Amino acid sequence: MTGVRGLTKRFGTNTVLDNIDLDIKDGERVVLIGPSGTGKSTLLRSINFLDHPDAGIITVGDLSVNVAKASRADILALRRRTAFVFQNYALFANKTARENITEALITVQKQSRAEAEARADAVLQETGLSDKADAYPAALSGGQQQRVGIGRAMALGADLMLFDEPTSALDPEWVGEVLDLMRRVAEQRQTMLIVTHEMQFAREIADRIVFMEGGRIVEQGPPSQIFDAPHDPRTGDFLRRVG
Amino acid sequence: MQALDVDYMLGLVPVLLGYVPLTLGMALASMAFALVLAALLAVERVIRIPVLDQAVMLFISFFRGTPLLVQLFLFYYGLPQLVSFLTQINGVTAAIMGLTLHFSAYMAESIRAAIIGVDRSQWEASMAVGMTRGQMLRRIVLPQASRVAAPTLVNYFIDMIKSTSLAFTLGVTELMGATQKEAAGSFLYFESFIVVAVIYWIIVEVLSYGQRVLEGRMEQAYSR
Repeated sequence: MTGVRGLTKRFGTNTVLDNIDLDIKDGERVVLIGPSGTGKSTLLRSINFLDHPDAGIITVGDLSVNVAKASRADILALRRRTAFVFQNYALFANKTARENITEALITVQKQSRAEAEARADAVLQETGLSDKADAYPAALSGGQQQRVGIGRAMALGADLMLFDEPTSALDPEWVGEVLDLMRRVAEQRQTMLIVTHEMQFAREIADRIVFMEGGRIVEQGPPSQIFDAPHDPRTGDFLRRVG
Repeated sequence: MQALDVDYMLGLVPVLLGYVPLTLGMALASMAFALVLAALLAVERVIRIPVLDQAVMLFISFFRGTPLLVQLFLFYYGLPQLVSFLTQINGVTAAIMGLTLHFSAYMAESIRAAIIGVDRSQWEASMAVGMTRGQMLRRIVLPQASRVAAPTLVNYFIDMIKSTSLAFTLGVTELMGATQKEAAGSFLYFESFIVVAVIYWIIVEVLSYGQRVLEGRMEQAYSR
């Protein structure tokens, strides 16, 4: 079981996350949608402490952390149970595609080099980038970089994968290949929490859609409910605007 | 106006070349120590450990704010008065100490600037995969910062090689000290100092060539 209880985050006087409760079952694929500036990315970034939340409890796998009392060790432990895919890919610029994947396996998970490289090669195969294993990020297209970014996250074997608008920075021509890869990850029943503006994709792969506005969860339910028969008028308004 | 004594100059070259190892040795040792110290100082300035941070700022301020020659005299003549076990400090040691501390203060600032210049996404990606702060710095941030800092650091190394000549004021017979002695014996000052000037110049040019090779290699990861 994974999720957050009473998660609150303020930037100055602005409350970006207002007492959020969200439970995610193992293997569940949850998609967060909602207007910009509504706290979706902050929610994701709070779960692994890229942003430090102010209050609440975060649970990932067998670990629960009270964020107000989180020690450095707690934060590391949370990060090591999660994997994060960034909007801007954020590949290690000084590492090749393969090294981007092996880096954390060797440095953080203490795997042997051989073990890590075997894992990386398997992941590169899965992402269709075997021929780019020795290329540096600067030599890859946006779509290729994001596939490596997803591969890096896959290789970690995390309890929870977090995707922060993984296609928003991509040229339209690369969006399809990245969504295809995410579909494959979803088919493996990896627990995923995804922020995206790709509504068609969300409808396809989500077990549950969560609609957020103003730092709160307004409505959640299966895609059919949210997209076809939303209970809250704000959900409908939003979907009409983006649809 | 007299003609240059070319034979004397040619004869002086092999004599002076014998002192190049000492000059380069002092510069290399100082550079190695200074790089380590500067990296530590720079990292401290970025993560800012209370109290230590003030001490580091004071250190950098002092060693940037006072002349190298004053610092060398302070170590060579001053320290032994202050601390008794240092009575045996020799000129080479004092010179290496002075050069190390002086240049580490400058280099710390350029390494700090390079670290700050590393894109925020690199820090965040390192954190997200669960690295400790040390792992993040060692594996991701410092390697990227070193590429940015490399040209300035080589510049400081060049400056350092030339600054070893100040060690002659501490009685060290290095390249400059040897030239001074030769010139005093022959009275051919112009010939002697033009020869040593060319020797320094060639050393620096060789190094500059190495710098271009190194930079080309470091760019590989970042070019398409």
